[in-house]
Amino acid sequence: MKRHTNDVILESATTFITFIIFLFAVYLFFAGHYTPGGGFIGGLVTASALVLVLLAFDIQTLRQILPIDYKLMTAIGMLIAVLTASGALLFNVPFFTHAHDYFNLPLFGKTSLHTAMLFDLGVYLVVVGVTMTIIQTIGESD
Amino acid sequence: MINLPLLPILIPLITGVILMLFPNRLRLQRSLSFGSTLVTILASAYLIFRVKQGGILTVTLGSWPAPFGITLVSDMLSALLVFTTSLLVFFVVWYSIYYLSDLHQRFYYYIAAQFLLVGVNGAFTTGDIFNMFVFFEVFLISSYVLIVLGGKPAQLRESLKYLLINVISSALFVMTVAFLYGIIGSLSMADISQKISEINQPGILSVIAILFLIVFGLKGAIFPLYFWLPGSYQVPPTPVLALFGALLTKVGVYGILRTYSLFFSHQPEFTHQILGWLALATILIGVIGALATRDAKQILIYNIIVAVGVILYGVSVMTRQSLEGAVFYLIHDMLIKAALFLLIGVMIGIVGSSRLKDMGGMIKEYPLLGWTYFIAALSLAGIPPLSGFIGKLLIVRGGFEAGDLVGPFVVLISSLLVLYSVIQIFIRGFWGTPKTYTGPKRHLTKQLLTPALCLVVITVLYGVGTEAVRPFISQAVDPLVDPSIYIQAVLKED
Repeated sequence: MKRHTNDVILESATTFITFIIFLFAVYLFFAGHYTPGGGFIGGLVTASALVLVLLAFDIQTLRQILPIDYKLMTAIGMLIAVLTASGALLFNVPFFTHAHDYFNLPLFGKTSLHTAMLFDLGVYLVVVGVTMTIIQTIGESD
Repeated sequence: MINLPLLPILIPLITGVILMLFPNRLRLQRSLSFGSTLVTILASAYLIFRVKQGGILTVTLGSWPAPFGITLVSDMLSALLVFTTSLLVFFVVWYSIYYLSDLHQRFYYYIAAQFLLVGVNGAFTTGDIFNMFVFFEVFLISSYVLIVLGGKPAQLRESLKYLLINVISSALFVMTVAFLYGIIGSLSMADISQKISEINQPGILSVIAILFLIVFGLKGAIFPLYFWLPGSYQVPPTPVLALFGALLTKVGVYGILRTYSLFFSHQPEFTHQILGWLALATILIGVIGALATRDAKQILIYNIIVAVGVILYGVSVMTRQSLEGAVFYLIHDMLIKAALFLLIGVMIGIVGSSRLKDMGGMIKEYPLLGWTYFIAALSLAGIPPLSGFIGKLLIVRGGFEAGDLVGPFVVLISSLLVLYSVIQIFIRGFWGTPKTYTGPKRHLTKQLLTPALCLVVITVLYGVGTEAVRPFISQAVDPLVDPSIYIQAVLKED
């Protein structure tokens, strides 16, 4: 299947643009609580970084770089989200009650940590997993 | 345990997610979904017990105060429906283990079934109109998976129609909620109900009531909006069909029942009259369809439409008696439709075709199947000791009490014709000269018959034990007749 092409410019541009996109995705993900962003858009941007790799190279290459089963990733993301929300059951407060507090972390100083972040992590993983599953499945079926 | 109303949603959700981790380990998939559905049944039975003792249970997610957070409300109606749903999914999962091929089960079948249970239980439990939309989507997306799974050409064709219709009706649902939110400014159902009664339902809200009727009517297949159902329900394998026929249309019916009793109860001479006429037309269309076809599956599919009409007629009359009848009949119909579809599935498995002309004389070889089907058929039509009787009796009496003469007669005549249509299957399938059958699932008859038989036994008990069930039903109807009970339970006012 693999035809070797001479897309040198595309491939070398991809190698460093991908990391910039990925960093932007991480930024969006963490910024979600105070500024626009969050798990959904963070996940989509991450998936777009992966799709860029997919466009510049091919499915095999992406699979070598990141040997991830995206269906499993979706499942784990959902598990994280559901378990975060049902953690409230242990403390006998209504489902989805989040906990948050301020901590003094070594490098960041005073930071607020919130369990909504964990929920967002679940959303992030599901979005990346679902998007990549869709694209890979369509790409592979001839 | 303040999260009790949540358990019937949460248990299948977690199970579904865990099952996604190992789609190929079939034995584990089966036993886990079997076990978790059993736990869901127990949880919902305990929920009924608690609601019976202490009245309506509510939990507002995230510890926010009531109209601002999403409230889950378990009144007796939703608790009973959640229990029935979990029960049906349990028997269908049991049946699917034998009925479906291993390959079919491997492609996320049980996961889709668990998510279907999440969606239906959620839609029955939620007390927030937009959250109801979300749960509708959860079970609709699972149903898309289930209807197309297998990938036969007919399935692909019909799932396309099914998907198109449901996407349109979901868009309409969002628009309707947007209109309602634009006028009322709230999404919590109790809060909406209170605010509508303060402004006494002006004309624009009656328009929204009709829009809700269209939305839920498309899901629940009422008269002019039923056209997609006979084709779409013909194609999926029988256990999936049993799930669809017993649950999905009933969620639409529940939506109408809830909104028309809680929100739009102030102009019944307009909204409820339209609902009444449409319900009667639905009964007629269903009966005509059931009599016209010579295909066992199609006969039952049209009987779904008849039952939707009967229940909605009970809702439209809106007296205490007719509502009790509607709730009785709703639960009866969920149970008996699932049982009948499972039984038809056994017959199709033996014969290898669902056309009546390919069947005949099966009573000789399969007496148990025959008599079970006979009892289920009588129960569907509403013969006195069985479960369909009391619901229809109350609906008919409620109709007469409200001074309507046409409606009750239509309901009564429809019972006769329904009986005729399902007895057709009995007469042509079980009587006559025996044929030799070469159906693919002939050797599995015993395994397949057991869950169906259990379900028929449950419906018989439901009918015989009417006296024991009555207090539950009567408690379920309380908030429908008097929305202030519901509002007070959610908003916690004194």
